[in-house]
Amino acid sequence: MTVEPRIQVQSQDFDLRSEVEILTAGRRDIGAVVTFSGLCRDEQGMLSALELEHYPGMAEAEMRRIAEIAIERFSLLGLTAIHRYGKIAPGENIVLVVAAAPHRQAAFDSASFMMDFLKTSAPFWKKEHAADGTARDWVSAKDADDRARDKWM
Amino acid sequence: MSTKLVYFAWVRERIGKPEEEITIPENVVTVRDLLNHLKGLGEEYENALQYPEVIRVAIDQEHVEHSEKIAGAREIGIFPPMTGG
Repeated sequence: MTVEPRIQVQSQDFDLRSEVEILTAGRRDIGAVVTFSGLCRDEQGMLSALELEHYPGMAEAEMRRIAEIAIERFSLLGLTAIHRYGKIAPGENIVLVVAAAPHRQAAFDSASFMMDFLKTSAPFWKKEHAADGTARDWVSAKDADDRARDKWM
Repeated sequence: MSTKLVYFAWVRERIGKPEEEITIPENVVTVRDLLNHLKGLGEEYENALQYPEVIRVAIDQEHVEHSEKIAGAREIGIFPPMTGG
């Protein structure tokens, strides 16, 4: 049976509990669920918001491509990835991954794998808004994120 | 033949528009050729594509290398490295 990933790109918030329930409802074969959620930080009070831009269509397509690889590689029983766009305030959710597997290792590893590839391949860009109203710029891509991805290759 | 170009993040801001339709000259074969061609279209393009090696490109919404041929592309996305997640 092929496992279809649940992929969402949306401006509105998501709910961790209901996303876990969607993956596990009625199932008796899932032994491990790992959820990862990424939130907007205020960078020690410097930031008032992040503005998330995305490439509509490609963002969903690329997240689906990564998710299908993760399902295959870690033999997952379910996988959800949700990424928000638009203006996001400190403390709010940005991204969610929920991975379901028979055992914990595959669930942990696949959530990490999903995030490492999502950060470097899914077409999203963050722009910072400063708390004091001064101009801030686009967030730069980090070499550490490329290295985190490359360890899976 | 006319091709749709779509720009994102600081590439979009520097070029000053989110998308446009352009006719690609016959001597422009690869993604690398296209970035060099666009750089010559004016100061705003020069500013956006000053360092073409950092620019990422997608053809019909799939990532491609700069050596990829662009023949047959319906939509070409041009953007900085991704910073989502």
